[in-house]
Amino acid sequence: MTRNHPFEDDRPIAELRRAGKRYGAVTALDGVDFQVRPGEVVALLGPNGAGKTTAVQLLLGLLRPDSGTATLFGLDPRNAEARVRIGAMLQISKVPETLKVREHVDLISSYYPRPLPRSESLALAGLGGVEDRLFGKLSGGQKQRLLFALALCGNPDLLFLDEPTVGLDVEARRALWAVIQGKSREGRSVLLTTHYLEEADALADRIVLIRRGKIVAEGTPSEIKARAAGRKIRCHTSIPLADVAALPGVRNARRDGEITELLAVEAERVLRELMSRDRSLSGLEVRGADLEEAFLALTNSDDPKEVAA
Amino acid sequence: MSTLAGERNMWRIYSLEAKYELFKMMRLPMYAIPTLAFPLMFYLLFGVAMGGRSAGPVSVAAYLLATYGAFGIMGVALFGFGVGVAVERGQGWMLFKRATPMPTPAYFAGKLAMVLLFGMVLTAALFTLGATAGKVQMPAGQWAALAGILIAGAVPFGAFGLAIGSWAGPNSAVAVVNLLYLPLSFASGMWFPIQALPRFFQALAPWLPSYHFSQLALGVMGADQGRFSWVESAAALAAFAAVSLVFARAGYRRDEGQTFG
Repeated sequence: MTRNHPFEDDRPIAELRRAGKRYGAVTALDGVDFQVRPGEVVALLGPNGAGKTTAVQLLLGLLRPDSGTATLFGLDPRNAEARVRIGAMLQISKVPETLKVREHVDLISSYYPRPLPRSESLALAGLGGVEDRLFGKLSGGQKQRLLFALALCGNPDLLFLDEPTVGLDVEARRALWAVIQGKSREGRSVLLTTHYLEEADALADRIVLIRRGKIVAEGTPSEIKARAAGRKIRCHTSIPLADVAALPGVRNARRDGEITELLAVEAERVLRELMSRDRSLSGLEVRGADLEEAFLALTNSDDPKEVAA
Repeated sequence: MSTLAGERNMWRIYSLEAKYELFKMMRLPMYAIPTLAFPLMFYLLFGVAMGGRSAGPVSVAAYLLATYGAFGIMGVALFGFGVGVAVERGQGWMLFKRATPMPTPAYFAGKLAMVLLFGMVLTAALFTLGATAGKVQMPAGQWAALAGILIAGAVPFGAFGLAIGSWAGPNSAVAVVNLLYLPLSFASGMWFPIQALPRFFQALAPWLPSYHFSQLALGVMGADQGRFSWVESAAALAAFAAVSLVFARAGYRRDEGQTFG
């Protein structure tokens, strides 16, 4: 794993080892092992409260792990040598409103040894033409894009993007994706968190699914999608719930009053089986499983970490 | 050893931090107007209007120039640090800055530079009013000494503001600062000469850092009460600043506990 070529080195540039973090009684992260390698775009995908932001903040040195370690470029994340190589976009409510866009970019750029020219940072974030506007006068989307510019402006090797497209319209989201893809082509690494499977799919070389502070699956987008693919089936049926749950390809069967609900990997096969066993089956609904359901399915699988074969 | 972080121009970082801190606050009417206008207005109302009378060895106009100067500097420092830091902590801006390679002292140095500059502007404006409308006359050395003491006072009260800002919430900080600032300045004889206040305040005053600050300022013109030497008052302010910094550090650590532990 650790080759010693000076340039072709795939040692992790960001790494959590057995990292745990608790807030009072809540376990935000539970012994997570996680890495970002040079040139990789990794998506931490999970529902709200899964521990994505905690993982990012541990790697940024904003939180100290209760157990385990967090390192950046092999260093303590708070080390200036590590920090000059990263840029971060956090979920923060506000930045000082009485500074202009260009002033914000100039100030953050000054912290880095080799920042991008200001015009390039602004162009990448789609903020050309508003550089003299005060932050407080920007639209919601522009504010979000300024935070993106502040992450990019230091020309970092590793970008941390915590929910970067929340609140952006479709066009702005696509534009931001294109910039991330461009950075990836330049050989930069990106760690982004998202709760959109689509976003992870579009950008990531590797998706890490996280739920309730644990990594539940890890793999390329196609591996994850295959795993998460499935249909949600609802119907009224007299078949005992245990029998429904025991059908091949059925996950997460449950009954709520009259309604039986299940997640099926191969919906057609499961449906044929249900129909043949219960002629009086009624109220049938079939639809694509959403991400939350995919998570449920993945969480319930026996050996979640073996997705990446 | 050459390092990436070492390639940065530290002078540029510190000067930009200070410059933009100044721009940020200048453009914030909520800060710039009250901290500059209130002391000037009070001085006009009380100092200039009653300027002809005497307060001990000097005119009321001269006396209140020192005390409203101290009052104004306290406001500039307490609001600049207290509210500024509380708001930036509360909104996550401090969190973001901590994730950048910003040298941490640059943040505080920038705020201190801003507060000192505001303090200088306020002092210049008050002195202009005092010398013209208030007809205050002093040797040049005394003007300079008074200016120096007033502006230096921004340091201990900036430290106190930092302590408040490191503990108060973004929405309560203005209230907390006012609840400390106004009683402190009143009880220290910054609004009316301390001799005119009831006995209770006379007994309380030596325990108030703001009293020592205003006495130092008055001492320049020989109008202090003489209960403490300037060395004692300066030491009291230094101790106050040190204790404030300890509290500020504890608040910052507590923040890191929620964030950095």
